[in-house]
Amino acid sequence: MNVIIDYDVGNIESVKRGFMRANIPIIISKDETTIKQAELLILPGVGAFKNAMDSLEETGLIPLIKDHVKRGKLLIGICLGMQLLFDESVEFELTKGLGFIEGQIVYLTKPKKIPHMGWNDLTINHKDPITTNFTTGEFAYFIHSLYAKTPDKYNLVYTTYGHKIPAIVRKDNVIGIQFHPEKSGELGLRIIQSIKEMVR
Amino acid sequence: MLAKRIIPCLDVNQGRVVKGIQFKDLKDVADPAQLAKKYSLEGADEIVFYDITASNEKRNLSLDFVRKVAQEINIPFCVGGGINSVENMKDVLRKGADKISINSGAINTPEMIKKGAEKFGSQCIVLSIDVKEEDNQYVVYKNGGRVKTNLDAISWAKRGVELGAGELVINSMNFDGTKNGFDIKLLNIIAQAVNVPVIASGGAGGIAHFIELGKQTDVDGFLAASVFHYKEIQIHQLKEQLNKNNIVVRRTKEAL
Repeated sequence: MNVIIDYDVGNIESVKRGFMRANIPIIISKDETTIKQAELLILPGVGAFKNAMDSLEETGLIPLIKDHVKRGKLLIGICLGMQLLFDESVEFELTKGLGFIEGQIVYLTKPKKIPHMGWNDLTINHKDPITTNFTTGEFAYFIHSLYAKTPDKYNLVYTTYGHKIPAIVRKDNVIGIQFHPEKSGELGLRIIQSIKEMVR
Repeated sequence: MLAKRIIPCLDVNQGRVVKGIQFKDLKDVADPAQLAKKYSLEGADEIVFYDITASNEKRNLSLDFVRKVAQEINIPFCVGGGINSVENMKDVLRKGADKISINSGAINTPEMIKKGAEKFGSQCIVLSIDVKEEDNQYVVYKNGGRVKTNLDAISWAKRGVELGAGELVINSMNFDGTKNGFDIKLLNIIAQAVNVPVIASGGAGGIAHFIELGKQTDVDGFLAASVFHYKEIQIHQLKEQLNKNNIVVRRTKEAL
């Protein structure tokens, strides 16, 4: 079973539609049994880091998510959900994240215009099953004001906007996608389809 | 590099797409979701809908199109028109819009920008401004360009951003519907005054106007309605020409 973790964030329905479009059956749930049985967990998210961590904690699901990862099953964070996978974020106040991938979420400082909003081109840094369906130079849809500072080995795909911004990160069975694949048109669809292959 | 966004704009009245020439003479054209899908497949980077339904009651019904659009397309879209409260914003976002565009509502109640940004994030609050140049002054109009305000466009743009708007749509009323090109002078003034993305609107008549806009300004989005609507410009051809002129655009795989 593929499950989108339901924890009171805005874009859940849109993420669900993204997976349905790619013919990946997926449900939205915060039910413990359902989460335990999931093969693939998706952690969506928009808004502020601390609010999201607080909401996630309220669900009581964090131990189950950690257990899911420990058992080697795939966890994918999208947008703010991606940022939650890291150690901590400096957004508003220093807040602890889930700590699956080493790194800190920090503000974009170099570009004139913030947020980083719009379509930006991807560069594949390390090949991975999740990079099989696209090539360097294709465009994905980003909206964010902070980015992940993380070791290069986890940075599979990046984009450039003042900084070199990790666009897809991976450590073992934990994957983070900074952009919105569900809003990235046909490219996003292909990326979601590659997830399907990975779960099988 | 961040691509310049090509944004078709659709006016919706009671759930149906219409296009006004200088805000008058509306002509029914098509179903919002179907037209949005068509534009999305042709390479549009984002779509903007303005609901121009006159009465609040009918608008609530009309806004059902938002849900259908969210089902049909997988690119971002923005919905505006008659949004006067945080409650209205929430409603439209819940129906699946990625951004909400506010105009007269924000002029009447500027606090709404701040509250909306705090609640939903600046990234989904778009401040749309109708600007008319009169006696060497850029004056803000409201109520679909029918009512003059005492606001100066540059000050209002800055204030809107301070309050939390994450993007501005600048519609030049002098240029809108003329098809003589975008208001480069105004757009440069606004783009230099703020640190958020600016979307240019009003005046697109041909591909050359988009190239001019890309070369002479720092705006992020190029918005147009009738040139796309009446198939005077095909989006993929427009992008090909922009690309040839070294203006970065997203080109979909089929086009590469």
